Amino acid sequence: MPRSDDFTTRHIGSNPDHITIMLEKLGLTSLNELIDETIPSSIKSEKAFSLPAALDENRLNKLSRQIASDNTAAVSMIGLGYYGTVTPPVIRRNVMENPDWYTAYTPYQPEVSQARLEILITFQQMIMDLTKMELANASLLDEATAAAEAMMMAHRVSKSKSNRFLVDEDCLPQTIAVVKTRAEPIGIDVVVGNSDKEIYNGEYFAALVQYPGASGRIKDYAETIEQLKAKNSLVIMAADLLSLTLLKPPGELGADIAVGSTQRFGVPMGFGGPHAAYFATHEKFKRSIPGRLIGTTIDANGNLAYRMALQTREQHIRRDKATSNICTSQVLLAVIATVYTMYHGPEGLLRIASGVNRLTRALADSLKELGYKIIHGDFFDTVTVYTLGNAQKMLDKAEQARYNLRFIDKDHLGISLDETSSREKVEELLHVFAGDTAGHVNGEVFNKDLKRSIPEHLERTSEYLQHPIFHRYRSETEFMRYLRRTASKDITLARSMIPLGSCTMKLNAASEMEPISNPLFAHIHPFAPTKHAKGYHRIINRLDSMLSDLTGFAGFSFQPNAGSQGEYAGLLSIRAWHKSRDDGLRNVCLIPSSAHGTNPASAIMAGMSVVVVKCDSSGNIDIDDFREKAEKHRDTLAATMVTYPSTHGVFEESIREICNIVHENGGQVYMDGANMNAMVGICRPAEIGADVMHLNLHKTFAIPHGGGGPGMGPIGVRKHLLPFLPDHPVVSCNRGGSSLLGTVSAAPWGSPLILPISWTYMRLLGKHGLKRSTQVAILHANYVAHRLDAHYPVVYRGKNGRVAHECVISLSQIKDDCGVTVEDVAKRLIDYGFHAPTMSWPVPDSLMIEPTESESLDELDRFCDAMISIREEIREIETGRATLENSLLTNAPHSYHLLVSDSWDVPYSREQAFFPTKEARDNKYWPPVGRVDNVYGDKNLVCSCPPMSDYE
Amino acid sequence: MSIKYTEDHEWAKLENGEVTVGITDFAQEQLGEIVFVELPEVGQQITVGEEAAVVESVKAAGEVKCPVGGTVTAINEILADSPEKVNDDPMDTGWFYKLTINEGENLDSLLDEGEYKKFVESQE
Repeated sequence: MPRSDDFTTRHIGSNPDHITIMLEKLGLTSLNELIDETIPSSIKSEKAFSLPAALDENRLNKLSRQIASDNTAAVSMIGLGYYGTVTPPVIRRNVMENPDWYTAYTPYQPEVSQARLEILITFQQMIMDLTKMELANASLLDEATAAAEAMMMAHRVSKSKSNRFLVDEDCLPQTIAVVKTRAEPIGIDVVVGNSDKEIYNGEYFAALVQYPGASGRIKDYAETIEQLKAKNSLVIMAADLLSLTLLKPPGELGADIAVGSTQRFGVPMGFGGPHAAYFATHEKFKRSIPGRLIGTTIDANGNLAYRMALQTREQHIRRDKATSNICTSQVLLAVIATVYTMYHGPEGLLRIASGVNRLTRALADSLKELGYKIIHGDFFDTVTVYTLGNAQKMLDKAEQARYNLRFIDKDHLGISLDETSSREKVEELLHVFAGDTAGHVNGEVFNKDLKRSIPEHLERTSEYLQHPIFHRYRSETEFMRYLRRTASKDITLARSMIPLGSCTMKLNAASEMEPISNPLFAHIHPFAPTKHAKGYHRIINRLDSMLSDLTGFAGFSFQPNAGSQGEYAGLLSIRAWHKSRDDGLRNVCLIPSSAHGTNPASAIMAGMSVVVVKCDSSGNIDIDDFREKAEKHRDTLAATMVTYPSTHGVFEESIREICNIVHENGGQVYMDGANMNAMVGICRPAEIGADVMHLNLHKTFAIPHGGGGPGMGPIGVRKHLLPFLPDHPVVSCNRGGSSLLGTVSAAPWGSPLILPISWTYMRLLGKHGLKRSTQVAILHANYVAHRLDAHYPVVYRGKNGRVAHECVISLSQIKDDCGVTVEDVAKRLIDYGFHAPTMSWPVPDSLMIEPTESESLDELDRFCDAMISIREEIREIETGRATLENSLLTNAPHSYHLLVSDSWDVPYSREQAFFPTKEARDNKYWPPVGRVDNVYGDKNLVCSCPPMSDYE
Repeated sequence: MSIKYTEDHEWAKLENGEVTVGITDFAQEQLGEIVFVELPEVGQQITVGEEAAVVESVKAAGEVKCPVGGTVTAINEILADSPEKVNDDPMDTGWFYKLTINEGENLDSLLDEGEYKKFVESQE
């Protein structure tokens, strides 16, 4: 029995009495008995887990603050894509720390996601305005991967037949590394050099330039761009968003794709992430753009609604032919960047940018007066200083004064200013450079008229952010109400359970979120000296050993920023390992037909060719087909990708055999960790036979989904693969290996700011709490399966009739009998106040329900009651008492517009429509729109903000 | 003049030395409401089995393989603005493209209507 101050009792939704009730209903006497019936004994780990015991919230919060204080809050002037920024407190309190925003899921159900969809389309508008491009997506993982996605897209759409990609040498080093890593497996030839010269050196399908460059230089790319255009090559510009308030934007310079980071728009550096990157291009490339795209459409009543557009580009539909394996944006971070822009407005952004530029000019002027040479006269916020062999010495001196600069080489240092820079800080830094001649530093420079540092012909003249939404909410009262009003449109965990199968929408506890707001975690630059990030390294090392203990792997790489990126990185490590053994021809990847769509998309990115393996009628991998294909490709078999427990929510008995077959035929086993929540504290994937696995920290380990990002997909590997994990060009992070893999993300450890969430989660629950969470997650799924089975058949079960942590119910008979679809049921659930389960995956006409351990018996019953009540509504149609057309189901969800309309010409009452149960009445969720018209939206694509009149 | 079919649910109709290609009623039914069709360019050389067109609904996407090798002579421009034509009239006005067959190639090995019907039944 857990102690009363044990957080486990708060994390797990059902109390011990409720657990007993559920067990009794299932004919069981204990959780252990349930687990014995669910998980094959050959799969369970026999070795004890060595995780620490649980710590109570108070002690843990203290420990977390203590670890944070091991980080050093120096002033970062390193630049390279990461800058100090001020998150306005009204945004921190109402968005970043508000579960109405951070606990939402990806907006697959548009009717219950209008809040974040509205902000995301505003994000797209903001990017389109600042870059002057025609179309922007709803964000990507980081700037470096956005550049790599741009390269991939250019490769697909460029008219040039060349296979060469030019990267200007003044691009960010992490961008160059990620681009090279991405290019190699698919045979793109990357040329890094001075674009002015290289452009005359053969043909390229596209080129990538940085604007302003990593050195700070604002280079005039006109000639380069002209040359590229003449040869049918595409131009990709990685542009600093803040600088574009002053600089001629990429769209006016002839860029075909613009990418960059929105971090400095109010999102803390967080030692590297998470941050939202942007991606913008021409309208004509809309079907080739990677990632999520938000568009407008109409709902069933003809009113404006938002939705994710053109989803057929994406991996969950296109699989190995998708435009990318990307399956998330960085929604929470994109939301923050957008409301930051609404908070400041165009004049506020201009004031910040002009202030930063003015201070930088003052710094440059003063350094020149002190006898230092400034390498480039044209700059926005960054200068390269020539120190005559003294770079290391000056770097150290600055560090002693708590200023971190960028070390370029023995002669050169880089200094970047930002929104947080002030005259006082610049003066302090100048004293460091002045040394003995400190008397020479005077304040005059800050008052006098300084020479411009932006070439006149590259100054921005066009307007931006003119839409009223960027002007309307300048008073904090109005802004606070706007945020509150908007947030109330969405169903999040703050409102009701989100039973999405395969997504693990568990509690994101307040204590787990605390470290995010700690400035000592928030304001650390990813390339800060290691000794300034001791706290982070403690968290990362502890997480590494705890996750290794839970999974049986030898170690983890925290670089991948999403599950899909973990898949890609894991396959690259397998590839690098084969190569290191002179076995580099192995490129076949066996993927069961039931796999997540990201699996085949990732395999293609890793240069592998996909061979699909059949599944039998109960959803298990067809062992005979698997063996036949493994043996057929025995000379070229690289890997298999399997999900465990299976995507059908079952602990397959044959998993060990599958792993053995792969190993016997020379391949490696990649395990998709989406379903780890069914195994924590009970099974170790490495013991089952996995060689590499990603963990979705945003599923199993309590990082909130943020409404569709951030995420973290660290990969664990067995010992032989440790040397083949990702590395980083600026801060080495590989495990004593060969750097054969390369770099998959912009920052060495992915998105470290959210790692303390998972660490806190594991420490709060401890060894026993984690295991109990798994047991209760499985109990809840079996309880829901038990309650719903008589109404909707549960289609996949293990040998003893149990499901794992989720269950699949079939609606195909209902569809055949009376025409009611899965979508109708999903939309009707909204009227009852619930987010739908996962629809029609992994099989058509089904719902996949994952209740997680965090829901209470009461909430599970409310959900099951709603589902059963809907079943009765379906029966009315089945028995002919109601018609399918104009029914409660086909008209769902019922938005308030209907309630207040004069006419009510449907064959049921308003009460049945809006308040079908007492619970729905007591806690009424009002869908802001009726059923969203997907076809209209895809046929009439609009990805910018509609006119303000449509908002009212 | 007869219409031939493939197991990928394309149809091909030979008339005056020119083949018209489209997708079958079964295929459009499976895809649901079609929102976009990508067509090859006139003059493009395509080989048998090549994915020469793409058809998308809001929930599915399909590549349309070329039933026979040849040179594209015309595309159904109406589909750019009215992709729903494929749903409404897949076998006639919802055609995709026309081509002249490469020398030495023909439609003989494709399914005739009866064979295709049987094939579809076996799929259901």
